[in-house]
Amino acid sequence: MGSPLRIVNGRVYDPANGVNGAVRDVCVRDGKIVDDVPPDATRIDATGMVVMPGGVDIHCHIAGSKVNLARKVQPEDHRHDVHRRTRFTRSGTGGTVPSTFTTGYRYAGLGYTTAMEAAVTPLGARHALEELHDTPVIDKGYYVLVGNNVLLYRLLQEGRREEFRNALAWWIKVTKAYAPKLVNPGGDELWKGQRNGNIKTLDDKIGPFDLTPRKVIAAFIEEANALGLPHPVHIHCNNLGQTGNVETTLETMRLAEGRRAHIAHVQFHSYGAAAGKTHTNPSSRARDIVEFLNTHPNISADVGAVMFGRSTIMTGDAPLAYMLRHFGGNKWVNADTENESGCGIVPFSYQDHVYTNALQWAIGLELFLLSQDPWRMVLSTDHPNGGSFASYPLLIRLLMDREFRKERMAQVNQRALDQTTLRDLDREYSLSEIAIVTRAGPARLLGLTDKGHLGVGADGDVTIYEEDDDKEKMFSAPRYVIKDGELIIADHEFRADHEGRLVHIAPDYDPAIEQVIEPFFEDFYTIRFANYAVDDRYAPRRQLIPTTPQASAAAAGSRS
Amino acid sequence: MSLTLTLQTPPTVPLEAEVLSPARLAGLSARDAAKLSVIHGNQRADLGEFFQIGDTADGELHLTGDLTRVKLIGAGMAEGRVVVHGPAGMHVGAGMTGGEIVVEGDAGDWVGLEMSGGRIVVKGNAGHMVGGAPRGGSAGMRGGEIIVLGNVGNETGNGMRRGLIAIGGDAGDFAGVNAIAGTVVVLGQIGWRAGAGMKRASIVSMHPAELLPTFTYDCTYAPLFLRLYLRHLRGLGLAVADAQVNGLYQRWSGDGVELNRGEVLLFQSADGAREG
Repeated sequence: MGSPLRIVNGRVYDPANGVNGAVRDVCVRDGKIVDDVPPDATRIDATGMVVMPGGVDIHCHIAGSKVNLARKVQPEDHRHDVHRRTRFTRSGTGGTVPSTFTTGYRYAGLGYTTAMEAAVTPLGARHALEELHDTPVIDKGYYVLVGNNVLLYRLLQEGRREEFRNALAWWIKVTKAYAPKLVNPGGDELWKGQRNGNIKTLDDKIGPFDLTPRKVIAAFIEEANALGLPHPVHIHCNNLGQTGNVETTLETMRLAEGRRAHIAHVQFHSYGAAAGKTHTNPSSRARDIVEFLNTHPNISADVGAVMFGRSTIMTGDAPLAYMLRHFGGNKWVNADTENESGCGIVPFSYQDHVYTNALQWAIGLELFLLSQDPWRMVLSTDHPNGGSFASYPLLIRLLMDREFRKERMAQVNQRALDQTTLRDLDREYSLSEIAIVTRAGPARLLGLTDKGHLGVGADGDVTIYEEDDDKEKMFSAPRYVIKDGELIIADHEFRADHEGRLVHIAPDYDPAIEQVIEPFFEDFYTIRFANYAVDDRYAPRRQLIPTTPQASAAAAGSRS
Repeated sequence: MSLTLTLQTPPTVPLEAEVLSPARLAGLSARDAAKLSVIHGNQRADLGEFFQIGDTADGELHLTGDLTRVKLIGAGMAEGRVVVHGPAGMHVGAGMTGGEIVVEGDAGDWVGLEMSGGRIVVKGNAGHMVGGAPRGGSAGMRGGEIIVLGNVGNETGNGMRRGLIAIGGDAGDFAGVNAIAGTVVVLGQIGWRAGAGMKRASIVSMHPAELLPTFTYDCTYAPLFLRLYLRHLRGLGLAVADAQVNGLYQRWSGDGVELNRGEVLLFQSADGAREG
């Protein structure tokens, strides 16, 4: 836990507790924020520095079988980015998909202390948990893919709603996940059964099932709310990246009907249609998305900004990856995921002169700059899909520095900018707003009440930045990073290693559901039912986050 | 006055010695040069632990001894000359942009990995992946010349984008595999599946070869560019016969599974002069 610490004279940004740049001391003891520490506590002089809670990434891809496939398919990405061992930290490789150790150290090196892996198949839970266990410093959790699950579809189709809810709870609990994740609901299932099959509207029939995405999404939203999960269902909408997909996104958000739902990487789902020379081009509909969020406090989103340069598209959206396979230039992977989901990997590069890429970049910025509630439009690049998490400091500078943003805008495809309102947006994010979109907001959306703030009792995760006019520089290398009360980085260098913990949930279910699930396993799975549930050894350091179940599914509608 | 380094203590495991290039040693006293850092297995070490260093450099570097386990000789060099009086290890001239490296003996795998300029001459044999791309990489050599007087292993010119590779002896299988452009000339026998997956490159063989079914026969002619290339190679010490310079070649297009804009030229007969 480290010795007690007193951080003195820093300008504190703790928006969850209404602290906006006040100079005050922050005390940490036994891994938690406390009121006071004894006078002999270690003092950290933060004069002229900015003190914030540790960063929280609500949506990234950092562990599991698809991440490892992406590593394996790109050895060239590692060769030029060797992460060297230090006295305290282990070696690894970087690139757009860093090795586990490097992932942890580089997140910490940006002042992030929590990151959520956003898509793991239930069958891949063990692999993901082992990698997360090997991801140092940060706390972590993951979302389990349930949106293309054959058994859940069967229960839903047959109207067995109670069992559907119990099976959903069972799946989340036995895989030690943090939230349910839908990826292109229905799309994977359709694609696996039909060449180039995919969902185009929410009313498409899902292959052999008497179901539509509309019915599936509404059911998941309703039951996740009924189960009282700390983070509601995390939705990667249908039609990601398609021209005109904003209609699907708006329809999906409407399905929540006042219940909580989180829309992932909404930038990729905010496209309209504009007439082009030869075919219809995407255009920006960021305004419609932001307007919907502004008037619907039950909906939250992370932006999924696109940053120019190398990226790796990795997704449970197999038909999307298959569609993009030739854009990457050389290699791609679609991997088998049995009857639970899909998987695709495409190494990619976003270029500022390319119309679509410049448009995506601009829409990401528009969403940030138009948003009226930073608590519900939080920062992500869908790492490594829209860009690496290493580009967060650059993204922060684009939000905080209008002149810099204009310089950069002058260098990108102007026809794309014509389709956006970015040129009219003069807003600059304040440090407080940055603290919201990178820490306080994601923590609140995740229901992690001990994270994202510096109130008494919060986790002792603190980041101290040196003020600089160049915000990219400022956020690239914090002077100090404290994790669980331990000084991990001091004077920009690692001074200790640390093992973070897994956050997970265990919603209650009626044990009778196992009698429904087990026969299905024996018939269709490559793994026996008894071997499927992930035992505690896979998460030696873990924290169970409580759920608050509603009295009945019907009562869930009133909660928002 | 050229600089001579003599390998006195042969490394027991591979020694990564990128410092063995003229620019890195230029102007250093023998004592300073001895302190340059190399990697012996997974340990850092000083160059002086392995090499005896004489005089100071003036752009030309002579290496003597059995350098089979010394990797990355001349890596990244931009000018000057390196002569290896004996065998050399893997990655000779990796990433070089200019200058010349001469290896009097054999060389290991990946001669001229990702080089973009300059010339490497290997007087003995060379290993696999001459001028090739690293595993996973999108392109091999991007320019310059690699001349091997002896035989080479497999995947010569793997993914090469530009430049010239000439082999005096035999080449193994998959010569020019996935090549994007550039030229591979093989005076000896060429192995199986030459040009598999190639986009635009030229592969020249002086002997008949069995090509993949995705290659199609175009014509038999006397390519003019080849006369210039072969005369140039003769000047560099390769045993090119007059019959080959003036000869007729079968042209095959491929690879049909890719762009189909590459060519394999197979020497047919010495009759070319009357057509030229």
